[in-house]
Amino acid sequence: MSNSFFKVLRPGINSTYQDKGRFGLQHLGIAAGGCMDNESFSFVNAILGNKETEGVIEFAYQGPLLKLIKGRTKIAITGNVVFKIIYSNTKTIDGQTNRSYNLEEGDAIDILATKESVYGYLSVKGGFDLKPFCNSVSTLIKGQIGPNEGKKIGNEDNIFIKNENTDKKNFLIHPTSSSSNIIRVLKGPQYQYFSKDSQKNFLSQNYNVTNLTDRMGMRLEGAALKNIVNSNMRSEGIIKGAIQVPEDGQPIVLLTDHPTIGGYPKIANVASVDYDLLAQKKPRTSILFKCIELKEAEQLYHEKQKKISKIIKDIKEIN
Amino acid sequence: MLMKLNNIGDNGVVCDFGNEVNQLINNNVIKTFQHVRKEVVTGRIHGILNCTPSYNKLIINFDPNITNIKNIFDFLNSVDISKLNLILERKKWVIPICYDFEMDLTDISKKLKIEKNDIIKIHSQTTFYIYMVGFVPGHPFMGDLDSKLYLNRLETPRVKVPAGSVGIVEKFCNIYPYESPGGWNIIGRTPIKVFNNKDESRPCLLSPGDTVKFKSISKKEFGNFKNE
Repeated sequence: MSNSFFKVLRPGINSTYQDKGRFGLQHLGIAAGGCMDNESFSFVNAILGNKETEGVIEFAYQGPLLKLIKGRTKIAITGNVVFKIIYSNTKTIDGQTNRSYNLEEGDAIDILATKESVYGYLSVKGGFDLKPFCNSVSTLIKGQIGPNEGKKIGNEDNIFIKNENTDKKNFLIHPTSSSSNIIRVLKGPQYQYFSKDSQKNFLSQNYNVTNLTDRMGMRLEGAALKNIVNSNMRSEGIIKGAIQVPEDGQPIVLLTDHPTIGGYPKIANVASVDYDLLAQKKPRTSILFKCIELKEAEQLYHEKQKKISKIIKDIKEIN
Repeated sequence: MLMKLNNIGDNGVVCDFGNEVNQLINNNVIKTFQHVRKEVVTGRIHGILNCTPSYNKLIINFDPNITNIKNIFDFLNSVDISKLNLILERKKWVIPICYDFEMDLTDISKKLKIEKNDIIKIHSQTTFYIYMVGFVPGHPFMGDLDSKLYLNRLETPRVKVPAGSVGIVEKFCNIYPYESPGGWNIIGRTPIKVFNNKDESRPCLLSPGDTVKFKSISKKEFGNFKNE
């Protein structure tokens, strides 16, 4: 245990502790939760040599301003993020994502904004000193589960770091990010509930991401989808990425902190390969759904995972 | 074959046990759920992340890095539901309720033309079966209420329903785990926490398949429970 810690000088809009999620409790009403963008989450820990599941800080839009009050640490930030590092004894520099930096006592990180995306990730070497709840440090705001009593990171919070870092080496990775607005989906369990025209519209018209979007769900706006069978079906378990259609015909993608059960028919499910891509879409982004078959979805997902593994393997030391 | 299997996207499977909401069908859901969980815990099947029973379906969510739809289908097809035992795992709860904290009994009494005391009597004499828990943490959906008490949701949902409120809609009864908006008809309140975010060993009190009987308590007893 070290005494190294940050003080929060500005918490940002929606900064929370997250890891890969809390599994095995959905039958009690507790969704897995966890990071919204798994790829960026994996990279931030890989750069620092942390274990794959180490808890990190996830921020949305504007991130936090953190000052290292005591100790030394090594940090990394991933995502498409604009940030500055304010060195106490020299100058302020523009930070680069996907590499590590060493911080000394008095230094600060100012995470200004995510660019053309929503979520970014900050981690420290060895991880933050967080108390897990049911084997996870993910924050589930609904239900107030997780570190910090299940709340967002607040002003003046002290954020402790597990180990003081003395190793000065820095590392860099080169991710290849996709900016495609095509989101691949598989037909959902109630696809046949929708009229032929609606099925066609869903897979050929653009849908806009609206402001009613958060960690729980993404409300879309576009051609209304008409349910011709029954909009009042029995509630059933939800899996993240399900695209449900309430009575007004405007689809909602259920995201990471989704309710555990729900009764609206689901026209489609986002293919696992494109979940991170979709989660990063900002309000007013126009997206187009493309239907693929299961076999292709599985193949694409495995190809993506291989690519991620290769990027992590190709990590380079910076001189 | 008691269940129909389908994929949900590339990382989930739905087992459909039939269209009705009744305890017979739900028993098959819960039995299968308990079996899958046991197989997960003992490490006989890998990659299952969550397993969510509802009235008539079981939904399994898995990590596509570890397993796939075909493996989960094969595993489920090998399960003989008729050989699974439910009773051993079921808990019987007695939950205190103070009907003085009702919010809708007067309206319900008018609508159904049943005296308030009779509504309370019917409710407290019912042994409820928990079909499923969820939507939010710890929230039980229980049945079956006497058909004399069938009601629709409130036309205008309340912005705030206090934690512990007990509501009824159609043949179902619920307990609000924490203060939240809600559209159920509120007939009382329990001092018992069905969800406790400080209790890591048991954050949610009730499990699908358990039974609940309500025991009427006074306002004073309610206060004593709260102070414990």
